Amino acid sequence: MSRYTATTADDLKTMLDAIGASSVEELFDAIPEGVRLRRELDLPAGMPEQDVYAHLLDLARRNTSAEDEVTFLGAGMYDHYVPAAIDMLLGRSEFLTPYTPYQPEISQGGLQVMFEYQTAISELTALPVSNASVYEGPSAVGAAGYLAKLANGKRRFVVSRGLHPHSRETLRTLSHGYGTEVVEVPLKDGVTDPEAWAAAIDDETAAVFFQQPNFLGAVEDAAALAQAAKNSPAIVVGSYDPIPLAILAPPGACGVDVAVGEGQTLGNRLDFGGPSFGFFAATEAYLRRMPGRIAGETRDVDGRRGFVLTLQTREQHIRREKATSNICTSQALNALAGVVYLSWLGRTGVVELAELLLQRTAYAREALGAVDGVSALHDQPAVREFAVQLDVEDLEAVRRVIDRCQDAGINPGYALGRDYEEHPTGLLVAITEQRTKGQIDRLAAVLGAAVAAERSADREEVSA
Amino acid sequence: MADASYPTDLLYHPEHDWARIDGDVATLGITWFAQDALGEVVFFDPPAVGATTTAGESYAEVESVKAVSDVIAPLSGEIVEVNAALGDGPEAINDDPYGGGWLVKVRLTDVSETDALLDAATYEASL
Repeated sequence: MSRYTATTADDLKTMLDAIGASSVEELFDAIPEGVRLRRELDLPAGMPEQDVYAHLLDLARRNTSAEDEVTFLGAGMYDHYVPAAIDMLLGRSEFLTPYTPYQPEISQGGLQVMFEYQTAISELTALPVSNASVYEGPSAVGAAGYLAKLANGKRRFVVSRGLHPHSRETLRTLSHGYGTEVVEVPLKDGVTDPEAWAAAIDDETAAVFFQQPNFLGAVEDAAALAQAAKNSPAIVVGSYDPIPLAILAPPGACGVDVAVGEGQTLGNRLDFGGPSFGFFAATEAYLRRMPGRIAGETRDVDGRRGFVLTLQTREQHIRREKATSNICTSQALNALAGVVYLSWLGRTGVVELAELLLQRTAYAREALGAVDGVSALHDQPAVREFAVQLDVEDLEAVRRVIDRCQDAGINPGYALGRDYEEHPTGLLVAITEQRTKGQIDRLAAVLGAAVAAERSADREEVSA
Repeated sequence: MADASYPTDLLYHPEHDWARIDGDVATLGITWFAQDALGEVVFFDPPAVGATTTAGESYAEVESVKAVSDVIAPLSGEIVEVNAALGDGPEAINDDPYGGGWLVKVRLTDVSETDALLDAATYEASL
């Protein structure tokens, strides 16, 4: 049906006659009078198409995209280059338009994508089972918490403060419904305090959560964090940044039971925060507690290679009213971008990319460390992001420094004080392959000038 | 798959479960009708040994290619054994629902609860 053709009175009558209803209103008879609005929605009047276009353009121009400035802003989403092959493949209607396949085996291409995606995630995480993706990073963390509750029936989540603030918030929100509680473990010298971590884990712990690298960019001792939970019922959940996984010890080799993470960096643009996808991998013990769907490879009756939807044990059409996962259309298109991206990089390319990040991050840490008024917030190893402290008054001063840098065309990073009151003057700086050595040098100059300007403004205020 | 049958030495619960009573221990399973309705069983999620069952309430789950379903306890008691063979071979529930497809053994809290169960003829007539 064309979207420019209105339904006529005749069309309506034909349709109503066919189903035996006398009016459209009759179709809504089941809605009780008490909950009916009985007035127009409070919305502006309709606009001509041309005016709508101008209005939307106006709104869009209020955003600053990562293309409009040199950005060192990360904090969970990163400005990686997205190759043209991804747009080409994502634009194919077979992938772009279908709704969730309720008769999945008819869509062999869709299932093959899921299977190859799962294989890639399994290889990155060194965990045997990956599902076909979930909505995004924080909801993957939440789903891991629910898996733990289902598996061991315990009700407490022990969470490192290095876990992304959005993930911690999601766990707290979901805990209202799960009937669980969240206990936070502080950071020490930039990483999860090992003593506080061990002390927080006991027989009532459903799961422990840490992030690798953590929100401050620091590489955690994942194996030690996992080991600390081994004498408890707790399931060990690691939230991973997928690209550093190319050079860090994989969760499967560190005693991690469930590895989740934000998939944006794998071929998805920033797009002002979404959509992206979340990945979810686990040891075989948790196969049947996993949310979402798992595609499998098989042979058809003629011996040809084919794909099937193997597992969807928590989903609505299998578990009916007891479903505990509802991924539906999933983020299949975003996950497709992820597997195309990994295939585009290849086995060695992904390692080279992570090594490049490692080198440039080390260079940036050194460059910023030499700037007057900027000092390291921690000295832990970092892959793609690191935290510094600015020698200014408070969070508001950091915001002003960021504004000044942005006026000079550089977004210097994320004001840590927004989420960490213990680091009011912290700044989180992210590096991607799109940030050149020259841009890092410029960041050092611009940030140094902005901090100096803030400090002199501060002095003037004091003397006045 | 075996033909429809409802052995007369068993007691039945209307939710399509059977019980074989041996003193104060009952072996429990699902009936031919239940496994036929479920279709090919691919997974049995057993309760822990030591867990309790309450007559009329769910104590385990069976997953078939069609759906995940609760298994209702015909009698109350404590789980003393689960059929470990179902871990690798859940299809026994389809192939031999009253033999190799047994699910759990329960030490009964109250043997008189068996009075409320149905005999084979009554159960079969209810289908």
